[in-house]
Amino acid sequence: MGSTAGPPGTARRLVTGAIALLAAASLVTACGSGDGGSDGTGGSGAGAANVRGVDDGTTLTMWTRAATRPQSEALVKAYNAGHENKIELTVVPTDDYQAKVGAAAGSKDLPDLFASDVVFVPNYTSSGLFADLTERVEALPFADSLAQSHIKAGTYEGRKYVVPHTLDLSVLFYNKDLYRKAKLDPEKPPTTLAEWDEQARAVDALGGGVDGTFFGGNCGGCGVFTWWPSIWAAGEEVLNQDGTEAELSSDTAKKVYETYRGWVADDIVAPGARDETGTTWTGVFPKGKVGVMPMPSTTLGLMPKDLDLGVAPIPGPDGGRSTFVGGDAIGVSATSESADQAWNFLAWSLGDEAQVDVVAAHKDVVARTDLASNKHSQADPRLVTINELVADGRTPYALKFGQTFNDPNGPWLSLMRDAVFGDGASVDQDNEAVTASLAD
Amino acid sequence: MQVKAAEPSAAEPRNRPQRAVGPPRSTAPRWRSRTVEGLGYAAPTAVFVAVFFLLPLLLVGQMSLSDWPLLAGDRGGNAPENYTDVTDSRLFWPAVRFTLLYTGIVTVVLLGLALLLALLVQESRPGAGFFRTVYFLPGALGLASASLLFWGLYSPTTGPLGRTLEGLGLVDDPVSFLGTPTSALLSTVFLVVWKFAGFYMLILLVGLQRVPHEVYEAARMDGASRGQIFRSITLPLLRPSLALSLLLCVTGSLLAFDQFFVLTKGGPDNSTVTVVQLIYREAFQRLDLGTAAALSIIVLAALLLLNALQFRGLRHADES
Repeated sequence: MGSTAGPPGTARRLVTGAIALLAAASLVTACGSGDGGSDGTGGSGAGAANVRGVDDGTTLTMWTRAATRPQSEALVKAYNAGHENKIELTVVPTDDYQAKVGAAAGSKDLPDLFASDVVFVPNYTSSGLFADLTERVEALPFADSLAQSHIKAGTYEGRKYVVPHTLDLSVLFYNKDLYRKAKLDPEKPPTTLAEWDEQARAVDALGGGVDGTFFGGNCGGCGVFTWWPSIWAAGEEVLNQDGTEAELSSDTAKKVYETYRGWVADDIVAPGARDETGTTWTGVFPKGKVGVMPMPSTTLGLMPKDLDLGVAPIPGPDGGRSTFVGGDAIGVSATSESADQAWNFLAWSLGDEAQVDVVAAHKDVVARTDLASNKHSQADPRLVTINELVADGRTPYALKFGQTFNDPNGPWLSLMRDAVFGDGASVDQDNEAVTASLAD
Repeated sequence: MQVKAAEPSAAEPRNRPQRAVGPPRSTAPRWRSRTVEGLGYAAPTAVFVAVFFLLPLLLVGQMSLSDWPLLAGDRGGNAPENYTDVTDSRLFWPAVRFTLLYTGIVTVVLLGLALLLALLVQESRPGAGFFRTVYFLPGALGLASASLLFWGLYSPTTGPLGRTLEGLGLVDDPVSFLGTPTSALLSTVFLVVWKFAGFYMLILLVGLQRVPHEVYEAARMDGASRGQIFRSITLPLLRPSLALSLLLCVTGSLLAFDQFFVLTKGGPDNSTVTVVQLIYREAFQRLDLGTAAALSIIVLAALLLLNALQFRGLRHADES
């Protein structure tokens, strides 16, 4: 609705008006983005600056997505407080981030720094959106301790383009109060999918608005993040090495779908799972009415203080443990004219001070394995559980990840919904559609 | 709303002083200066149209014939691959069917309700102004904002609507307003009708006020019933306004995007994917500007054809 067609007079007037508006808007944006990169010291000339980059009072622009906003904001705030350079952070709604980056890349309007959901990084590196950081990364004294799953995702044809920005792992959160009420041992979270099933059902039986579990049933990204670890935990793959073929109809995968299907059929899931597009899926657990569900580790620091919650690894059908090492990796855009200054932020953000006093203090996963045990994690055993999981976790690699798994009209969401809200009969066929999209 | 009275009085004073001031012999140079003046007024618009409409249109045409990934840029011609890719896509024909279905439902419901509202507030009796304002108010909201508002209302986890219905005892289970293909479509139609009924009411109301009172009086003197008056006087004399509403409504609905993008994202199970959503998906999910441009050209052609047909039909009706 609200389009511009009508009889010639109306149409012309409306078109003229729209065009005038557009023109005005583009003039404003043109002025706004002009000052971003103009005062840089020029080029991404590797080796020109020292390992710490340049801190000369440059104003840098940076984008991140809403899902990792608290982490980015904390880092930027701490950096701005202690440096000459200033970072202007723009937070973009998670669902729109790919489109925003794509459009900006098309018009060469990318900010100096931009973080990205690590699963989209291969697409961006292969398209030349990031500047080459290989020499700078390798010169860091702690280069080998950086979270390797992120570094791998950001390596294209042997060159390194990104560093880890925030690590977001999928882990089980369980409500210890509800466990006690349901006569479950609050110190014994599930170690197999079957135990998870039993415990969810036991909590659900409490009734009174309490539900066993929850998941984002209309959200491809949620499925990838929370279901795949159960498949990995059994030692199986979901994609081939190049990310061009799906293996999402294996017997293990079907066993996982079957468990979720059972929860839907028996109403163990909190209301809204079928409609949940991913916008509000992490808002259900903190209300204290859900027994046990997979959650992003980045939300641990945001949980209500009075919620007695435990953290456990996501198990496979017969045990094992795994996690999706997600979150954001960050790089300098290929078009930035302030690469040395941008690197100053990145190098600082990976240093001891930022990692311990900002990231770990916020109950988040540190980006360096040598800092996994620090003064903050020692105070909270749940953080140790999460930090240790990094080694067992994976970051899937596929060039066509977004359009296959995150697209709300993509083939993976069809598979998810057929498998869990349907009878699961078309999983093999859906898996072929996923492969077709990956190889597109 | 006093259009009938406003038109002649607005036109007259503009002409009168000119006639009085200008010397009668100097018409030729004045014509020339007026032409220059007119061109001067038109030039900015002409430049804008050229730069922001014609040039982009040509670019879209070229894109649609090229392999043009969003992130990598132009990789040269590949015609007609983009067009065949688009029409071969598993979502294309369902999207075309759904867009037509949606347009049909919205047009019938929206224009029917708008006409009813216009008839209700047509007479200038006490309170009519209040109701006109109330019916029109939702139209003052942006469509995306209105969609977001309804998304919040419909949300099963955070929305108040389902809980209210439950509290009133009207339903037992939490209502899933956007959970099934039918409910998602109807929920969206409800939003659109709520948002636009007042706008179309306004167009029809203007048309209604143009119908001279004498015609109604004469009909009543002749003993015509209310139904007869509506069928034989109101509807025929309202035709220009109805035609305008129809044109706007059909074109707007065929280009539906915001409401579905915010409310359903094409779900559940791809049941509410519109054609414009497919354009967005090609460009920003699949990051392929070539196929997105091809689809845009197809939609543009379809709309041009449809509008031409509608204009022709209307002119035909006017002549007869």
